[in-house]
Amino acid sequence: MKIRNILITLVSAIALLISASTISFAKVVGDKIILGAAVSLTGKYSSNGVHTQNGYNLAVERINSMGGVKVGGKTYKFEVIYYDDESNSGRAAQLAERLIQQDGVQYMLGPYSSGLTKAMAPVTEKYEVPMVEANGASRSLFTKGYKYLFAVLAPANLYLDVAIDLAVEKNGGKPVKIAMAFEQDAFSQDVRLGIVEAAKRTGSKIIIDDKLPKELNDMAATLSKVKATNPDVLVVSGHTKGALTAVRQISEMKVDVKMLAMTHCDAAKLSKQHGKASEYALCASQWHKSLSYKDKFFGGGMKYDADFTKAFGYAPPYQAAESSAALLVYKDAFERAQSFDTKKVRDALAATDMQTFYGNIKFAEGGQNVSKPMVLFQVSCNDDGSVCENKVVAPTKWASAELVHPIPSWSKR
Amino acid sequence: MDLLIFQAPILMVQASMDGILLGILFALIAYGMALQWGVMNIINIAQGELVIMGGYIAYFMYLSGIHPAFGVIVSPIIMYCVGWGMYKLVINKVVDKDLFTSILATFGISILAQQLMNFAFGADVVVAQSNFGTTMLFNNSVTLPNAKIFSGAVCVISAIILVIYMKKSKLGRAIRATAQNARAAKILGVDTEKVYAATFGINAALCGIAGACIAITFTLHPYTGLPYTVRSFMIVIIAGLGNLPAVAISGMGLGVFEEWSDYLLGTEFRIAAVFSLLVIILVYRRFKLARKREYLK
Repeated sequence: MKIRNILITLVSAIALLISASTISFAKVVGDKIILGAAVSLTGKYSSNGVHTQNGYNLAVERINSMGGVKVGGKTYKFEVIYYDDESNSGRAAQLAERLIQQDGVQYMLGPYSSGLTKAMAPVTEKYEVPMVEANGASRSLFTKGYKYLFAVLAPANLYLDVAIDLAVEKNGGKPVKIAMAFEQDAFSQDVRLGIVEAAKRTGSKIIIDDKLPKELNDMAATLSKVKATNPDVLVVSGHTKGALTAVRQISEMKVDVKMLAMTHCDAAKLSKQHGKASEYALCASQWHKSLSYKDKFFGGGMKYDADFTKAFGYAPPYQAAESSAALLVYKDAFERAQSFDTKKVRDALAATDMQTFYGNIKFAEGGQNVSKPMVLFQVSCNDDGSVCENKVVAPTKWASAELVHPIPSWSKR
Repeated sequence: MDLLIFQAPILMVQASMDGILLGILFALIAYGMALQWGVMNIINIAQGELVIMGGYIAYFMYLSGIHPAFGVIVSPIIMYCVGWGMYKLVINKVVDKDLFTSILATFGISILAQQLMNFAFGADVVVAQSNFGTTMLFNNSVTLPNAKIFSGAVCVISAIILVIYMKKSKLGRAIRATAQNARAAKILGVDTEKVYAATFGINAALCGIAGACIAITFTLHPYTGLPYTVRSFMIVIIAGLGNLPAVAISGMGLGVFEEWSDYLLGTEFRIAAVFSLLVIILVYRRFKLARKREYLK
């Protein structure tokens, strides 16, 4: 009995000591700046969650090996505490709470997807902990007046409005007829809002406006409508499933449309999975390796692509690139703040104005990055369809290929 | 938009054909569900996961260079074993319990299957290419993917084979006997345990066939099983148990109704329309049954 009591006391004392020490030292331990992140390592977002984590890790490694972060004459290294949020927004919010409360993390990195970022933002906001996120583009994240949320990526409503401008331009400046099909989730509906605004701006007419249920993997009826009404542009956004379904059914049903604009093409490995059927699809992307942005850590896009491929064995999707950029933003902010005080770091983050390999980063009032335009690439295949590439066609500044417009009809493909 | 039906009436044919081909696929899954529901009194919530699993078998054949269409032969064989194993591991312990227990058990299996598939196959949405081409009708205005026609044909053929098998074979007779009265069948020497295992295996095999068809016509993802469970459940509710023609008709009917409402009203009304129809059918049934009861009094 006595021994048991002593043991219990001892164990609880040690536990108390450990918990106390982690709380008091967690944000900066020795020469380490501890960042916290909940990413989806399991569950439905796990592939993009892993891209996010790999992007973070590559940047952490690169910054640490190139001299780390210099604050107050001392050099610090980044370290990230990861938890698996299981692609579940409730879990993500709990983990944010845990990272801040128990692990004492004072600087957060974002999770994957708008939904999970939305779940975590109120928590980080409550504790006034800065969060730099790279994978939540939903516009609703930036209209709530969050002070501690910063996104390195362009908001969702800017994903595809470029495509409408492009279609109008190709139509000799005259308004176009738009058909659109968007999944009913926060992100896709924000993309839709962008299109609606672009249509208003250019005087274009929306003739089909379908909202796809989440569980839907059949778009045949939408495509029948497209066949019946013959629009100038077809815009589809429904994550990877939407992109794959659309291309499969458009090619099988031989739907001819002058322009097809989509999101999530590279996440869906569209050109790899569908080959020649995906040719001429226009895709919105936050980043492409051929862009001419530069920084001293990763050089340019091409070098990032090579380094990432060497480290992880696959080419980086833009989800990885933007995640790496989040770390560069943190390093820059710490060095400008010259302090670990979360308020000062937050102010430094808000004043960010820099160029990274991923693009220019400057945050607007709401925390979204407004100085980096989206790029559109077009899938282009060789004659037998064995090799397909994504070539940037807009904005013209970075275009590496001429836009093929209108898309040749199926009878000629 | 509202006058779409007059703009291109021929596309109503397109919508109907799409609906029928979609419905046949759902009907096959529903038939599997009706079979084991009728025989074992178990509602299998993991039905959709069995379908997706079958799809992944075809997908992996496609990855290793075999044409995914052969999945409709390989997939049911493997899935039969999976179903049989599932019965021996879990289902046999809940088969005599009330419906709630079996729903919980199969719900657990469905979560487990989702996570295992996610772990094994990854969380990417995948497709298998059949390269079957397209059939054009009515001066190219109606386009039917041959992959869908192939799936439809496969589903019809497997349903016919199954019906004949159930009528003619010894096991089929045993299954029907067990469905009618398990205790009596047992007394007369039917090994009901074996019958249950076989029934569950057959159901999984049917899901395997449907899954292989889905791999070449739609998309696969470890978490997309639920819609197939829900849809087959709906078809069974409308058609009743052990009534194959009714299952086929209600499957196709729902498919056509779904495509029409999508085509005419907009995609956002698609599911709402289908569920409204379900409610109407159930209410109608209730009144019809009530009338009958009164008559019997």
